[in-house]
Amino acid sequence: MATAVRVDTPAKKADQAGDQIARLVVLIFAASIVLIAVLIVWVLWYDSAPSRHKLGWSFLTSSQWNPVTEQFGGLPFIFGTVVTSVLALLISVPLGVGSAIFLSELAPRRISDALTFLIELLAAIPSVIYGLLAIFTLVPLMRLYVEPFLRKVLGFLPLFQGIAYGVGTLTAGVILAVMTLPFIISVSRESLLAVPGEQREAALALGSTKWETTWQVVVPYARLGIMGAIFLGLARALGETMAVTMVIGNSTAIHASLFAPGNTIAAVIANEFAEATGDVYQGVLIELGLVLFCLTIILNGLARLMIIATTRKGSKRA
Amino acid sequence: MNRSLAWRKTVNAVMLGLTGVFTVITVSALFVILGYLLFNGGKSLDWNFFTKLPLSPGELGGGMANAIKGSAEIIGLAALIGIPVGFLAGVYLSEYESRAFASLVRYVADLLNGVPSIVIGIVAWTLVVVPTRTFSALAGAVALAIMLIPIVTRQTEQFLREVPNSLREASLALGAHKWRMIATVVVPAGSKGILTGMILGIARIAGETAPLLFTAFNNQFWSHGLTQPTATLPVQIYIRATSPYEDWHRQAWAAGLVLIGLVLLANILARLVLARGISVPRS
Amino acid sequence: MKKSLLTLSALLLASAGMIFSQQINGAGATFPMPIYQKWFQDYNKAHPSVQINYGGGGSGAGISQLTNGTVDFGASDMPMKDDQIAKMKVKPLHFPTVMGAVVLTYNLAGVTSELKFTPETIAGIFMGSIKKWDDPKLAKDNPGVKFPGEEIIPVHRSDASGTTFVFTDYIAKVSPEFKSKVGADTKVAWPAEGLNGQGNPGVAGLVKQTPNSIGYVELIYAIQNKMSYGHVKNSAGTWVKPSLESVTEAASGAAKNMPADFRVSITNAPGKNAYPISSFTWLLIPSQIEDGAKGKIIVEFLKWMLADGQKETTALAYAPLPKEVVAKEEKQIAEIKVGGK
Repeated sequence: MATAVRVDTPAKKADQAGDQIARLVVLIFAASIVLIAVLIVWVLWYDSAPSRHKLGWSFLTSSQWNPVTEQFGGLPFIFGTVVTSVLALLISVPLGVGSAIFLSELAPRRISDALTFLIELLAAIPSVIYGLLAIFTLVPLMRLYVEPFLRKVLGFLPLFQGIAYGVGTLTAGVILAVMTLPFIISVSRESLLAVPGEQREAALALGSTKWETTWQVVVPYARLGIMGAIFLGLARALGETMAVTMVIGNSTAIHASLFAPGNTIAAVIANEFAEATGDVYQGVLIELGLVLFCLTIILNGLARLMIIATTRKGSKRA
Repeated sequence: MNRSLAWRKTVNAVMLGLTGVFTVITVSALFVILGYLLFNGGKSLDWNFFTKLPLSPGELGGGMANAIKGSAEIIGLAALIGIPVGFLAGVYLSEYESRAFASLVRYVADLLNGVPSIVIGIVAWTLVVVPTRTFSALAGAVALAIMLIPIVTRQTEQFLREVPNSLREASLALGAHKWRMIATVVVPAGSKGILTGMILGIARIAGETAPLLFTAFNNQFWSHGLTQPTATLPVQIYIRATSPYEDWHRQAWAAGLVLIGLVLLANILARLVLARGISVPRS
Repeated sequence: MKKSLLTLSALLLASAGMIFSQQINGAGATFPMPIYQKWFQDYNKAHPSVQINYGGGGSGAGISQLTNGTVDFGASDMPMKDDQIAKMKVKPLHFPTVMGAVVLTYNLAGVTSELKFTPETIAGIFMGSIKKWDDPKLAKDNPGVKFPGEEIIPVHRSDASGTTFVFTDYIAKVSPEFKSKVGADTKVAWPAEGLNGQGNPGVAGLVKQTPNSIGYVELIYAIQNKMSYGHVKNSAGTWVKPSLESVTEAASGAAKNMPADFRVSITNAPGKNAYPISSFTWLLIPSQIEDGAKGKIIVEFLKWMLADGQKETTALAYAPLPKEVVAKEEKQIAEIKVGGK
């Protein structure tokens, strides 16, 4: 066995240099991701300064929106964003978690995979196409059938009073529900699938029905992941722009009724950014963007942590 | 619990049945959407759509040729910018572990994924439109590239990680240096997944409208070069769907069909290429 | 780095493209958008190397983007205010292009006749004092019309709109209560909430789809979409139907007394058959255009607009400019300084 003699041939030197260059190159590109994030925060923070300094915290609690007299109150948009997202979740969480349960506990694996594939296609449909469909199919449906029905049955609540316009907060909530469904289903299903089989078997062995097993054992075990799915869905709903702005009616006031037109942060930016003159007006819209950014970052961050915790929990069991 | 067995069995059947119903509702939403698009878009799609420029409202026979070209240009440029960055960042995350920094990059990439597209539009406007004092395809491409990078990064990292370490070790044992190993062994091994990640990313940005609203803006004519306002399919759909003209509505449906056709085709292709038994995890 | 290399090559590509054609970008009022887009289309046919891209967006957006410098010209149905002009680096010149009418368009099932509106009923509807279609005030002016007992849904503009300005300017002139409560501007706080649409097309679209709604749009939008629009009682007491004749008559007084900067309002104009909600609309051209090639094209287009362009207006129900105004504008074209830094 010959002893290895290190000979630094030119080829070897080139390779070593190559390694260092390669490492540097990929490091730079990876760092650029952090750079982009920093850039986003910096732009949002810096360009919203005119409005933050002039209006302060009252901007977030005032609901007077009159750009001509330079009165800006962001509350209607924050309110609308929260209301439409909550509405969306009220519809999509039961539908979504229910579907996820079916797909993970009941459906045979191959059918489950096929159906999940189809459901995930829903997530690929662009927002503007949801908006297109909503304008021509959902809005008339809401105006002619759903809203009058709700008014008849639940009209004692101020939520369901007033004219059935068709466009409005409720319609926006419904279309958002459809858009958040695939996210909730996909992540919930994976969290449920990550629950170890022994948990189910133990419950069944003790005499539970399948439903009891699912609802009282499996779902609680996966609850962090399902919570994460809901947070992800919420984050997605908060940032949705096109579908919402096409059906929400673009009002700048806060109404009690869900039938009334509303507005969201994303929609008002989309509509008014091109006509915003002056540092304060632009700053106000960018400040709203900053609020939205922070909300989605926090929600996404929490969601990721929850999902990581669930999958780690599931894989801990031998 | 002294509930009778019959009661529990009934609850069992009802609830499980309900979950099935919910699934049917969800899946049928997809088919309803596709059905409407196929029906309304199909009857509106004609040769004019692909070849003519838009005409002023009230005149029939216009099309969206410039929007199709514009979308292609902007997506192409965004891919040119975003794919190399995302790919190399993904390589870093998978092959060059430096615990703290890599975790930071990974976390940031995930967060970037969730930033609302309208916010990214604002950033691109500030970074490109304001200094160049014009709306441009370039600004739109920058916005879309920022959205594409995190997707490609995570997909690349994920599929590179799945390449078995034995391949890496074998290559290193044969005397290859690290970069050669990565370039000639690991990446080709993970190429199927990486490619599908890129396709999925492009399909995702192809449908984005909000970031283009005040970056690429719109154009009635062909846009020459990349520093002019450019028409794109998603923005055209938005403008026409919210207009009162019947003819424009038809064109919005046609454009919607084309757009969703391309997006879904890319998605289906990408996932079939992977042809795994489990669903592709969301990044 | 890669990004700057790409930007550089992109710019090179872009400048290569510029050799083949010149693109001018404008944005602003949707009130005249149909005629502007027709003009730019026809001008492009006559001069294939010139592309004038008009993005609409509303008068507010036009003024805003011209101030930011992201477009080469703007368009507005509301003459710019002094403080808006002060914010611009280069003083803009107002060039009236056409006159148009803001009409009240409505969606009432079963009502095919053209409704009659008085200043009082218009103010009442949009201030919320007239809430339902079967209000006696409306019935009084429209005998024989069967109104439904439904609530009136007013439709406004959600964006900063010159059309809103023209409409509110008129109502403020005929209703002191409206003037003090609401005022006239591109965006106002409408007392009667309702729906809001983006641009004239947005309002027209909403009215078309929403039963029992009433909105204010430029005449051509109602005509092109086969929507009903109403007659309005003018200051002389005549029920006037919006048309290019009644709009021309509304502008005749102003034509003789046109101020030097062309900023004038012709709402509630005197004249037996003058339509009271009429308005000029203006192109906002910077008085100094640095880019020589662009400036030359803009000047040539303005000359074309004042001559051949005016022949195309009547087909889209816009009134052509009075001769006196055209003559004055031709003189103003000379004030545009092109080129030089």
